[in-house]
Amino acid sequence: MSTTAVHTNEHIGHDDAHDHEHHELNFVEKYIFSTDHKTIAKQFLITGIIWALIGGGLSIIFRLQLGFPDMNLEWLRPILGKWITSTGQIDSEFYLALVTMHGTIMVFFVLTAGLSGTFSNFLIPLQIGARDMASGFLNMLSYWFFFVSGVVMFISFFIETGPASAGWTVYPPLSALPTAMQGSGLGMTLWLVAMVFFIVSSLLGGINYVTTVINLRTQGMSFFRLPLTIWAFFLTAVIGILSFPVLFSAALLLVFDRSFGTSFYLSDIYIGGEALPNVGGSPILYQHLFWFLGHPEVYIVILPALGITSEVIATNSRKPIFGYKAMILSLLGITILSFVVWAHHMFVSGLSPFLGSIFMFLTLIIAVPSAVKAFNYLTTLWRGNIIFTPAMLFSIGLVSFFISGGLTGIFLGNSAVDINLHDTYFVVAHFHLVMGSASFFGMMAGIYHWFPKMFGRMMNDKLGYIHFWLTFVGVYLVFFPLHYIGMAGFPRRYYSFTNFDAFQDFTDLNTFVSVAAIITFSAQFIFLFNFFYNIFRGRKAPANPWGSNTLEWTTPRVPGHGNWEGDIPKVYRWPYDYSKPGAPEDFIPQHIPLTETPESNLPHEVEQLKEEGIEVKAANAGKS
Amino acid sequence: METPAQVLSMHPRKFLLWLFIVSIVMIFASLTSAYVVKQSEGAWLIFDLPQAFIYSSIVVLLSSATMQWAYWAAKKDNLSQIKIAVGVTLALSLVFLIVQYLGWGQLVDQQVFFVGNPAGSFIYVLTGLHAFHLAAGIVFLIIVLISTLRFKVHSKSMTQIEMCTTFWHFLSGLWIYLYLFLLLNN
Ligand code: HEM
Ligand SMILES: [Cu+2]
Repeated sequence: MSTTAVHTNEHIGHDDAHDHEHHELNFVEKYIFSTDHKTIAKQFLITGIIWALIGGGLSIIFRLQLGFPDMNLEWLRPILGKWITSTGQIDSEFYLALVTMHGTIMVFFVLTAGLSGTFSNFLIPLQIGARDMASGFLNMLSYWFFFVSGVVMFISFFIETGPASAGWTVYPPLSALPTAMQGSGLGMTLWLVAMVFFIVSSLLGGINYVTTVINLRTQGMSFFRLPLTIWAFFLTAVIGILSFPVLFSAALLLVFDRSFGTSFYLSDIYIGGEALPNVGGSPILYQHLFWFLGHPEVYIVILPALGITSEVIATNSRKPIFGYKAMILSLLGITILSFVVWAHHMFVSGLSPFLGSIFMFLTLIIAVPSAVKAFNYLTTLWRGNIIFTPAMLFSIGLVSFFISGGLTGIFLGNSAVDINLHDTYFVVAHFHLVMGSASFFGMMAGIYHWFPKMFGRMMNDKLGYIHFWLTFVGVYLVFFPLHYIGMAGFPRRYYSFTNFDAFQDFTDLNTFVSVAAIITFSAQFIFLFNFFYNIFRGRKAPANPWGSNTLEWTTPRVPGHGNWEGDIPKVYRWPYDYSKPGAPEDFIPQHIPLTETPESNLPHEVEQLKEEGIEVKAANAGKS
Repeated sequence: METPAQVLSMHPRKFLLWLFIVSIVMIFASLTSAYVVKQSEGAWLIFDLPQAFIYSSIVVLLSSATMQWAYWAAKKDNLSQIKIAVGVTLALSLVFLIVQYLGWGQLVDQQVFFVGNPAGSFIYVLTGLHAFHLAAGIVFLIIVLISTLRFKVHSKSMTQIEMCTTFWHFLSGLWIYLYLFLLLNN
């Protein structure tokens, strides 16, 4: 811990042209074992994109099985090898491995590490006015633990018995008995090892983010002048610090059950007529521990996306965010409530109905702060001078998914309804809209919006629009029909439905969903081209391409180590002074003093100046 | 031009330590809640807690006292006392680990094993995980001891020993909590 000293002014004074040649840093220090938050953010981003491709690719493979059960998949043999059976079908146990790895990769590697890791790292120091994270060293460790975690998970694809297959929630006894199925063997062990590395990575990251936000803000950056992005990243990190250790406990006991023969989660199990020696444990205990992380985890995934959306929507509506304080309060409310609703995932686990109704009540309350956020986005957009940048479109898309997926959450939150819908495709539809797609769109919005700051160049807008529309329409075509399939009773994670008469009618719909999924997935390559090509070839970015108020746009085009060349700017106002009456331009950045904007100061701002003994006439007195 | 207010801020490294402690608290909070939930479901083995745990509790409290003594000595720039106090704390911490190990022996004598009824397994997990964190604390102590020998710990350079003291008090508090918890829920 001795290397955790705060970055000081050692690098200031470099001028712009020289920021590529830090003679003291060699290639490895600059691009691989870097302690610079901007480099670490890009490492998280690129790694996240690679994982998203792998995770998405897996889903296409199992969608082929669901949509075209009779198709001959012999052509996949070069990639999947023996997991294609002799009749050209996907091996049924491997199907389970596919859904498990898809879920694990998307939830943890893409939407947790890829999202928080990228944007918390990149934006926290830049937007609060700090030279770097509280500890660059721990930050670097955070990335490398994530990397190792990914390597271990990746290796599990290539072992004889295949990767973990018990679903991303890895419920025991399936996950606890290495002999239960192929994937419960070595694959499950590697899954647990990878998760332990991942937990360490998340904790190191989260601890760093919280410390930085609290302690390293620039002069004038009070809590109520923080951009909503920072509030969201901050509270996400708080949730992570409180919930990931619980996942650690759950995993630890699972490891003991698997490898040492303890009985935390096991009791009265017979395999082939033989009773196992384990008695006294309970698989429900695992569910409690897992969902105590699991539910907060879904908010770890969505809150950063909501933060990004707040920022992008306010900027591109050229209006102050509607209800800044209400937004903060609803974030706080979600943070607190997210810890007391976990049992809504367990309504059919034999939970006492009385407890069930308490959790139902708490679950429905969490819909209130969520709705507050949705309404505030809509009211911010309302009569704004909307500029439809690709980032803005993706943000609006997020709001749409957050609403349509949130509504089905309210159905599921009612235990009486959930008993029918639990573990059907209805749940799959719910969380892919509200969590998967919404959070993915938030991430995309973030990339399109901050690409100029990350790489100093612009992405192509036209390609961005095409990417948006294909993805937006595609997501609805993929996930909306799943509601109907779920209401009809399709259970999730089933290899095949063609043997059930009741589900024959849905064959066409399933085919349709699979085709839509393939098109949507293919559309992502437009983004990939746009992203990687413009890192090198894009048009050079202007200083403040979106006319934004936050501090990151006061840095050089490609900020060097330490972010600002001279002193760190001070902050004199909140980040949402867009279209302020009287102001010559439709935005006033946070570092512009009130004394320089007498024409647009509001009466309370004039008062504030007076208290400091500065006399400036209020231009707007009486108007507001 | 108006002057914006300074923001409140603490020493970032100490703050990191506190957050680190919070996450350890969550590990133990979740395990002890799991214990309570499991116990309430029945099929629970009943046995006596090892005598050794009383002695280890006394030892760990003593080590906290000597750690505090080291801290005060550092504040008064009394270098020879820091060395002694940190050394004694180090010795006590090793004694603690040995006594815990003897406690496991006493459990085995009662036919309570790591593998078996969760009631027993939980005790091994809780004590083992605590011992693991204490071992991390010992590494920290050794680092402080080395800095002391190099004259790097004194009233103008307190951060390291202060953090070590905080962590050490936390570890002994954690043990006392675990002991009382096991005592009350037995
Ligand atoms: C209006 C607020 C919400 C309510 C009332 C709600 C309610 C529920 C309920 C009751 C379930 C359990 C369904 C079952 O398994 O039978 C569920 C599942 C799920 N929800 Fe929500 N939800 C809400 C918002 C969200 C949000 C904002 C996210 C993520 C960002 C989310 C992510 C998920 C996920 C991932 C699952 C499925 C986990 C699994 O079994 O694999 N939900 N939701
Ligand atoms: Cu939930």
